[in-house]
Amino acid sequence: MSDAESPNTDYEFEPTSPNTGSEFEPVDIFPDSTDFDLRPGADSCYKCSMCDTSCPVAEVDDDFPGPKFQGPEQWRLKRSDDEHEIDDSIMSCSNCMRCDDACPSGVPLSQMHNTARGEYVEKQMDKLSIEYIRNRILANYRTSARIASKMPRIATAVMNFGPARWVMEKTLGVTKEREFPAFATQTFRQWWAARGGVTVSRENAREARERRGEPVDADKKVAYFHGCYANFNTPEVAKALVRVYEYFGYELVVPEQRCSGTPMFANGMVGDARRHAEVTLSSMSDLIEEGYDAIASCTSCSMALRQEYPELFDIDGVDTVSRNTFESVEYLRIHENLRSEIQSADVDDAIEKEFAYHAPCHARNQGISRQAVELFGELDDVTIEDVGDSCSGISGTYGWKEEKYETSMEIGEEMFEHMEAVDATTGMTECPTCSSQMEHGTGYDIRHPIELLSVALIQ
Amino acid sequence: MAIESDVLVIGGGLAGLTSALAAAQADIDVRLVTYKQSTLQQASGLVDVLGYRPNGDGPISNPFEAIPSLPVEHPYQTVGVDAVRTALSLFDEVTDYAGSHTDANALIPTHGGTIKPTARYPQSACAGIASDNRPMLLVGFDSITDFDAPLAADHLTSTGVPFDVRGVTIQFPGDLSADAKVTRYAKLLDTNGDVTVSETGGGGHRPARDALADRVKIYLDDETRVGFPAVLGDANAATVRATLGTSLGADVFEVPMGPPSLPGLRLEDQLFDALSDAGGFIESGNPVIDYTDDGSGTVEKVIVERNGAEIPMRAEQYILATGGLVGKGVESNREGVYEPIFGCHVAHDADRYEWFDEAVFGEHSFARFGVDTDTTLRPVDESGNIEFENLRAAGAVLGGYDYAAEKSASGVSIATGYTAGMNAATTVAQTNNVS
Repeated sequence: MSDAESPNTDYEFEPTSPNTGSEFEPVDIFPDSTDFDLRPGADSCYKCSMCDTSCPVAEVDDDFPGPKFQGPEQWRLKRSDDEHEIDDSIMSCSNCMRCDDACPSGVPLSQMHNTARGEYVEKQMDKLSIEYIRNRILANYRTSARIASKMPRIATAVMNFGPARWVMEKTLGVTKEREFPAFATQTFRQWWAARGGVTVSRENAREARERRGEPVDADKKVAYFHGCYANFNTPEVAKALVRVYEYFGYELVVPEQRCSGTPMFANGMVGDARRHAEVTLSSMSDLIEEGYDAIASCTSCSMALRQEYPELFDIDGVDTVSRNTFESVEYLRIHENLRSEIQSADVDDAIEKEFAYHAPCHARNQGISRQAVELFGELDDVTIEDVGDSCSGISGTYGWKEEKYETSMEIGEEMFEHMEAVDATTGMTECPTCSSQMEHGTGYDIRHPIELLSVALIQ
Repeated sequence: MAIESDVLVIGGGLAGLTSALAAAQADIDVRLVTYKQSTLQQASGLVDVLGYRPNGDGPISNPFEAIPSLPVEHPYQTVGVDAVRTALSLFDEVTDYAGSHTDANALIPTHGGTIKPTARYPQSACAGIASDNRPMLLVGFDSITDFDAPLAADHLTSTGVPFDVRGVTIQFPGDLSADAKVTRYAKLLDTNGDVTVSETGGGGHRPARDALADRVKIYLDDETRVGFPAVLGDANAATVRATLGTSLGADVFEVPMGPPSLPGLRLEDQLFDALSDAGGFIESGNPVIDYTDDGSGTVEKVIVERNGAEIPMRAEQYILATGGLVGKGVESNREGVYEPIFGCHVAHDADRYEWFDEAVFGEHSFARFGVDTDTTLRPVDESGNIEFENLRAAGAVLGGYDYAAEKSASGVSIATGYTAGMNAATTVAQTNNVS
């Protein structure tokens, strides 16, 4: 009915159905918005600049305006002007997330950066550009690694073949300075299946509980998020984790999972990350409902499940998984008397005994950047030295980009110097890409804490 | 299960670090948990004990003589002047700070050109001391707007300092961005990295230290000491000052700045290293949000929250060093003022309009908000009963003093931190001996 027509007032309407017949529809004030509201976070910023002093990129890169600009300041600019475009410097943020740990006011800086980067890539980046294609390939490491693992020896050789790498740098902008990690001839999942999967793990765990004098039917169950690297490149880390957990009487399952999304967040490929997260969250949340806790050996993977998923995705089970995910050594510190086991353990010659430990940036927000040093400091015959709180500089895919390589190495220089200053000639870290940077800068062999734990407690 | 230690310190500022250090040096198993990176980044790096009396009289020349006449509820009175001295000697032992040669306050120029009375100061501030009569040149960088050197020099002159002081503002050599972070300057000077000038500016590059010294030389007259904003390096700060000093033929010093502060960061590094060397454990990144007790006034464990997960931490003795109203160790809303973790009593007027004074620099009662304690620093409730037999408080979470007006923040944190740490350690040692 238009305003031009006069209302029909010839008769009274029925009191029980006074309206025109359509159902009441509440007004949607924020139509179709699935964005997280970052306003409270931006309002909490009082511009003390602590985040800027924690930023490893701002310390060496004169074109990078720092986390305070990338986060709350840019967010405010966007509110005042719909046409405001995300500054392209967001792509120089390495997503180390140190600014989160620095902010005394609880501003969700990395959430703001991830959101801004996602928007930049989605709306402003040319999808046919070499940079986009290169970043997409780097971010989807799992895809390449899956293909490579079908023919691991050939893939490792081809990926490190000089002329091929020269071409990759010239055409795609992937630095030729770095060596690609070797692909394992048997992935962790293949090993796990061949060993007998959960059935064997259940038996091993029962035997261990019996040996330890614990109730045989104790409810000790964990779901292992191994991530891509421990599956395709370093299955020895994943195997050590299985041994250690079974030693403590835990039954493991290795659920269906995809990439944690860390390299995707860092490249603004939020859609890709979401697709992968949906698969992981679906299987993980079911297991958690059944009484499992989730553990991860890679600190960036555990960071993604704990913090980035709930900050970026509204997916069923996201909060349950976040609350129940732990880093693998942290979980044992909470639930077992790991300290006294370590105090009474020793190590044979199966592994080096002096370690230069580097805490990954992503271990910081989880409160576990000192746990390896603390734990192994009490292990007989072993010395472990923290090489300081500098960033390794690689930040996942960041240091693989031809135009970021120099910055990456400049950031890492402090860590390399500290590694060389201590006696150890073996490195230790939880993060696979920090590990490759440590190896690249010093030539040292790099181990994961769970490997040392395995040697100390079991052999 | 829980993550266990004998003493658990909550808070990573000066009070928390000192208490953890005191306990760790007494061979007690200590863990320090801090929500975020240490707030020392926000501190000037100067360590004051008492600069003014509570009524505003001052500056005080000898803080140790003044302490016994402070009001009885002042934290210094709770721990006593001897504890202040012992605590400072622990601080002197683990840092490279100056000032321990005398009881008298040193007078240090600030970036605003005022004079601050302080008991201890970093090596980088030594040559700037205001009781020295050598002529001074202050050099500011146009991109570091927090330090206006000519203005600071005029201010100093008007306070009647016994020396001539001049200020110049220069451009930091090389094409740095206009909002380069303090860490960018520090990193360049630390590594003596090249600064470059674009083609439009004539091109070329030079090592940062040489380039800076040569530029300052142009302005140097007969001054024998030169002050810069506090960005002269981080890990290699002493070398940076020495190199610049040699080139300039003058002593080089830093003028302490507001946050984010390099001298604060350097102090943080020294204290964390000392704690680590003494065997203390450190965890940062997540807040303590709650506790459980055994129903009879003993804290059983505290809960650290991490993205919704609750991580239990248990200890024999706990130290609350979470800071004051700014540090969020004391919180308020329209209904009242409270201590958020353990719910310790914080005395305050029921009428919130009584919490402050109309005048900006008036007598604000909020400035003295904090927990009250017994003589061993255990928080007490409204009736003076101990809240928990194994909980102690240290630093700005304590009430009864106005550190901003008195210039006593660092001294109270160090003295009460030390005392709380020693008391906790002694109790643990006694329990261990009995059992």
